[in-house]
Amino acid sequence: MSEINELYQEIILDHNKHPRNWGKIEHNALHSEGFNPLCGDRLDLYLKFEDGKVQDISFEANGCAISKASASIMTSMVKGKTIKEIEEISHQFHDIITKGCEHIDEIDEELEVFCGVKDYPSRVKCASLAWHTLNDVIKKETKE
Amino acid sequence: MNTDSNCQFDALKYRADFPIFSQKMNGKKLVYLDSAASTQKPRQVVEAMMDLYYKYYANIHRGVYQLSQKTTDAYEGVRTIVKEYINANSAEEIIFTRGATESLNLIAHSYGKVHIKEGDEIIVSEMEHHANIVPWQQLCKETGAILRYIPFDDNGELILEEYEKMLTNKTKIVSVVHISNSLGTINPIKYIFAKAKEVGAVTVMDASQSIQHVKVDVQDLGADFLVFSGHKIYGPTGIGVLWGRMPLLKTMQPYQTGGDMIKAVSFERTLFADVPGIFEAGTQNIEGAIGLGSAINYVNSIGLENIAKYEHYLLEYANAKVAEIPQVKVIGTAKEKASLISFILEDIHPHDVGTILDKCGVAVRTGQHCTEPTMKHFGITATTRASFAFYNTIDDINVFIESLKQVIETFE
Repeated sequence: MSEINELYQEIILDHNKHPRNWGKIEHNALHSEGFNPLCGDRLDLYLKFEDGKVQDISFEANGCAISKASASIMTSMVKGKTIKEIEEISHQFHDIITKGCEHIDEIDEELEVFCGVKDYPSRVKCASLAWHTLNDVIKKETKE
Repeated sequence: MNTDSNCQFDALKYRADFPIFSQKMNGKKLVYLDSAASTQKPRQVVEAMMDLYYKYYANIHRGVYQLSQKTTDAYEGVRTIVKEYINANSAEEIIFTRGATESLNLIAHSYGKVHIKEGDEIIVSEMEHHANIVPWQQLCKETGAILRYIPFDDNGELILEEYEKMLTNKTKIVSVVHISNSLGTINPIKYIFAKAKEVGAVTVMDASQSIQHVKVDVQDLGADFLVFSGHKIYGPTGIGVLWGRMPLLKTMQPYQTGGDMIKAVSFERTLFADVPGIFEAGTQNIEGAIGLGSAINYVNSIGLENIAKYEHYLLEYANAKVAEIPQVKVIGTAKEKASLISFILEDIHPHDVGTILDKCGVAVRTGQHCTEPTMKHFGITATTRASFAFYNTIDDINVFIESLKQVIETFE
């Protein structure tokens, strides 16, 4: 069981069961759809910027525990952040899920649960779906 | 624990023919429950291919020297093995392809483009693998023909009344899967083809999931074409079979053109080879064909009837065990089923199930199984599928069930 718990830690299971920032933002929100054709995971991301910062963010998803927890944690982390700050977190996240945590000196506490994902290559895409979708939404903002 | 003797089938003896089962998975016994995706290979098949390369390899249909003749004989001999296995009329009706997908594409291209016209109708079922949908969609797009789908009910059984209503003199092709890869349903193919014949349609049978489990007699079933892949019947990847009735094959155009499929070539024109050579351009997958022949011989040596009986016994046992877990919902509950169980777990995504089962040494398939429309029928995006072959044991199923309980525990 201990090996299983490496990936499916309490925090992941909790975010899966009780996702934060779940739902739609009805008015004037940017929206992007994320899709993982391999497993049929689907994610709708809604985002509102104000004064260059994320004022509100929410999502709805149909997918595995890893992808849902990742979206839940991500939305909690980026609230109130600027695009530049988000890019830094996103960079660290991708570093973690592809290379693990050993080589990183300072890890964002919230991202520590993803340290084990690198050992499950087929699941890396589940973890990164939300972040790719966020990147997509941000592109819409910067274009405007 | 091993209660397999209940069925008087010595699974452990045959399991010993498969070297992969001496490997450990995460330090545990490998429980391989994904034979519907691809079967493991017995030593006999690998050795037949090694023999070819170590003892008598040369290109086929070319040299006058002994090695080439011996390889040619071995390659051509496999047509006879397949012919007898499916009860075809002649060895020349057996065409080697890369697999079932290529076989279906070949029919759509080489038969379809010659015979199908605007307004003609092609019928498939809603439970087809994408490989038996997309080639026909493409053909319809190019010719203006119409593609119709036989619906199925919530048990995963085809609604035959709806099928019969579809049949008219416009129906030119009926192409149906014998056993569904995602639901396990054994379709009443003989009845379906008999009805198709009443309106003069040509019948195509996707035997990818049946050829390794049940007796497939093309004469008895009333098929005009049959396709399957070698790697699902204990043979190598990259080899498959297209069987067709000779009078139909003779009306078809080539699929690919080039060397070895010609009688004579000049700068002005080319005279094509006879069937089956016309459909086998270029140097063929010689080792694949020889491996396939060896795989069919291996299956024959165990006896398809013994295999079918034992696999059914495994399925019944697994069904009973799965029924004891209330969170499991089985997808595909047809009366006639092959040895696989597709299921979902309340609130637990199949990919999480698959990852945790893998940690327990259990290999299952998760996803949509290349049957997106089938998943849509049930309002789901994916299932977990455990499929059984004769090298599986009651102990394998027990490990699977215990592991499934661990999955549920993890998410509680």
